[in-house]
Amino acid sequence: MTDTQVAAKTTGAAAATPVLEVRNLSVALPKGADRPFAVEDISFTVGAREIVCVVGESGSGKSVTAFTTMGLNPKEVKPVSGEIILQGEDLLKKSDAEMRRLRGEKMAMIFQEPMTALNPVIKVGDQIREMLEIHTDLSAAEQKERVLEVMADVSLPDHVKMYDSYPHQLSGGQRQRIMIAMALALEPGLLIADEPTTALDVTTQAQILDLIKDIQRRHGSGVLFITHDFGVVAEIADRIVVMQKGKIVEQGTRDEILLKPQHPYTKMLIGSVPSMTPSHRVEIDKRSPALIAQKVNKVYGGTGLFRKSREVHANKDVNLVVHRRETLGVVGESGSGKSTLARCIVRLQDPTSGHIEVEGADIATISENAMRPHRRDIQIVFQDPYRSLNPRRTVGQSIVEGPMNFGVSEAEADSRARELMEIVGLSPDALDRFPHQFSGGQRQRICIARALAMQPKVLIADEAVSALDVSVQAQVLDLLDDVRERYDLAMLFITHDLRVAAQICDRIMVMQNGVVVEEGETAKVYADPKHEYTRSLLAAAPGRDVAFAK
Amino acid sequence: MLTYVLKRVLSTIPVMVIVAVLVFLLLRLAPGDPAAVIAGDYATAEDVERIRTQLGLNDPMLVQLWRWILQLASGDLGTAIFSKKPVMELIGQRIEPTLLLSLCTIVFAVAVAVPLGTIAAWKSGSLIDRFVMFFSVGGFSVPVFVLAYCLIYVLAMQLKILPVQGYKSPFDHGLFTFLRHMVLPVLALSVIFISLIARMTRASVMEVLEEDYVRTARAKGQSEWKILMKHAVRNAAVPIVTVIGVGIALLIGGVVVTESVFNIPGLGRLVLDAVLARDYPVIQGLILFFSFIYILINLLIDLSYTLFDPRIRY
Repeated sequence: MTDTQVAAKTTGAAAATPVLEVRNLSVALPKGADRPFAVEDISFTVGAREIVCVVGESGSGKSVTAFTTMGLNPKEVKPVSGEIILQGEDLLKKSDAEMRRLRGEKMAMIFQEPMTALNPVIKVGDQIREMLEIHTDLSAAEQKERVLEVMADVSLPDHVKMYDSYPHQLSGGQRQRIMIAMALALEPGLLIADEPTTALDVTTQAQILDLIKDIQRRHGSGVLFITHDFGVVAEIADRIVVMQKGKIVEQGTRDEILLKPQHPYTKMLIGSVPSMTPSHRVEIDKRSPALIAQKVNKVYGGTGLFRKSREVHANKDVNLVVHRRETLGVVGESGSGKSTLARCIVRLQDPTSGHIEVEGADIATISENAMRPHRRDIQIVFQDPYRSLNPRRTVGQSIVEGPMNFGVSEAEADSRARELMEIVGLSPDALDRFPHQFSGGQRQRICIARALAMQPKVLIADEAVSALDVSVQAQVLDLLDDVRERYDLAMLFITHDLRVAAQICDRIMVMQNGVVVEEGETAKVYADPKHEYTRSLLAAAPGRDVAFAK
Repeated sequence: MLTYVLKRVLSTIPVMVIVAVLVFLLLRLAPGDPAAVIAGDYATAEDVERIRTQLGLNDPMLVQLWRWILQLASGDLGTAIFSKKPVMELIGQRIEPTLLLSLCTIVFAVAVAVPLGTIAAWKSGSLIDRFVMFFSVGGFSVPVFVLAYCLIYVLAMQLKILPVQGYKSPFDHGLFTFLRHMVLPVLALSVIFISLIARMTRASVMEVLEEDYVRTARAKGQSEWKILMKHAVRNAAVPIVTVIGVGIALLIGGVVVTESVFNIPGLGRLVLDAVLARDYPVIQGLILFFSFIYILINLLIDLSYTLFDPRIRY
């Protein structure tokens, strides 16, 4: 497409008429769902050259809204009333074939997880080209030329060479750029982005957000941006639509919603966003270290038969001390080695070398059998509460299993489980239920109870609140802080989220490429970061200029 | 890649040794005596004993095993007790019909099963899907020989459109005659294969259709048919190809039965005759040969994964 055509198109769809207009839309859920409508009687517009953020927690209906617009909902989820008008055409009245024509040409979508959203066995250039193959009569050479043009447009480095790459050969940010290039290939009037930066690191997230803003400005498209993250909203939104349980509770301009929210739900959501200002922490008694790690190294690979295969130094001479009642945060981006460190410390992986001292015993390199008695001292809570509980066992069975492995009688383990359920804020009667009967936050509470049942000295939380909605996240953080004090726990808190780290960590350790680049008291590190990498991390955290309540 | 191939080839050696020892022991433990078969029904106990000594069957078991392993190490599969021909030569004489029968069966089975399974996955829950699933349960359940005799009865004896049995080499009789004789055995042998591959294809394609990138393809406005062809099948290929490899074992068993029913002078018949005559060297040689082929095919299949999935590197 030439520049004049683009210009004609953008002026044609003038800002006066919105690109997308959703009027009184209701979408029904299949029978047996927890509510009759996924979205109920919602109305909003997206103007040309406008970024509208639809924000809400999981189950708010924000993704269903996006997918209904694209016509990509599963068959059981049907729009039952209302209109979705895209540049004058009512999408709900279109046939499948007409929708196929509109998808890609008039509206395009960017998904959350660019790794799975791209076909792993097709070259990325060809995946973008498929868009042109479907919708245009361009020759193969012209198609390729256009693909290279959009790849350059989204600032992909060395795009000519990258055309022939497969998705797994690219970084997360590059993959998302490919997705964006694909969406842009036909200059659609409406771009729908469904949590496009949730799976990315903060620094990459900042770049992608900039890219989306830049592209929207240059191409004059309207953007419907779905997110749960108020930090991202603050960065990118022109207008904000707040959804709760399928209904729009409030909508307005960015400043109206962020600075003067009216609806209690909006206020609660904004109030739950953890602040970048570290919370005040009580002084810790530094005389009783519970966990000491010295020169921990973890090397992957390196054993080839004929030639030396590639070695990856996931942890390089990592030292740390966590005292009783103290929370040490480990922050860093994906690939920084923070999760590997956690796994080495609980010995889910074997460190290559080093010392890890728990309760006076060095567990770094002892055998699996010798490790067993120490397992109860050090417990871990994982990121995804949906997958870390066995779906076929009741919650009670999952909690008592650990203590019973160590010789606790069933009656005692059971009474301990009941007690713990109350401590984590759940009813002891729920012990007979299965994990799928609980919400994400409740499941994470169960995982915490499961870890505590072992009466550990050290608790490791590996991205333990990352999969949770903000309001739930705040509660689980409070719970973790509460049990830390109640049981004198030393806590190692692994996270990529600097806001969360600011709220719960006494001290903080910043990792990059397996190396600790900076360490210190949280407040000091945030106020005066010494290392270049820490500074870039802090600068990339979205929504820094908005003072969120907590 | 080369390192990997070399490693895999080297690792076949211990496998072959274990197979060799197992085959040897199993044969000795099974009842029956080649000497008695050679000597015939009217032989005296002395005759049998003399033949046993001649054949070396009276030596201690370990000595016999050692002798055989040494022989194998020098690349010799031994000599048949009855025909007095080297086992290698026997295999060479009989391999053509078996090879062609197996090849035709695999090609036919894949050509039928992959589209069937794909369509079943695409239209899962539909009439076509239920038919495919019903057919594959049936295919698993009916023994090869029952099916073979049914096919012979209907197509060869009643309708008289195909020959009852026999094998005509394409090199001597031309392709058409060869194929006419192949239709029934291939049909009989491939049904279980088709069932297996169709089921696997269906499961695999169904899983792929749930993937995010299929949703992406829909978001591009791609048609369902193209999504199936371009995005689904290639991603579903690895488990399908794997099951084809595993199925080779099934095929080897099936070949023995099919060749007997259709009177095809291939390796399957050779196995059967050797077993009936307790011709130890031939049985041992054939089983080793089959295991080698099985391992080789599965190595090739593992290597073929790189064609389907660029993420797989050896």
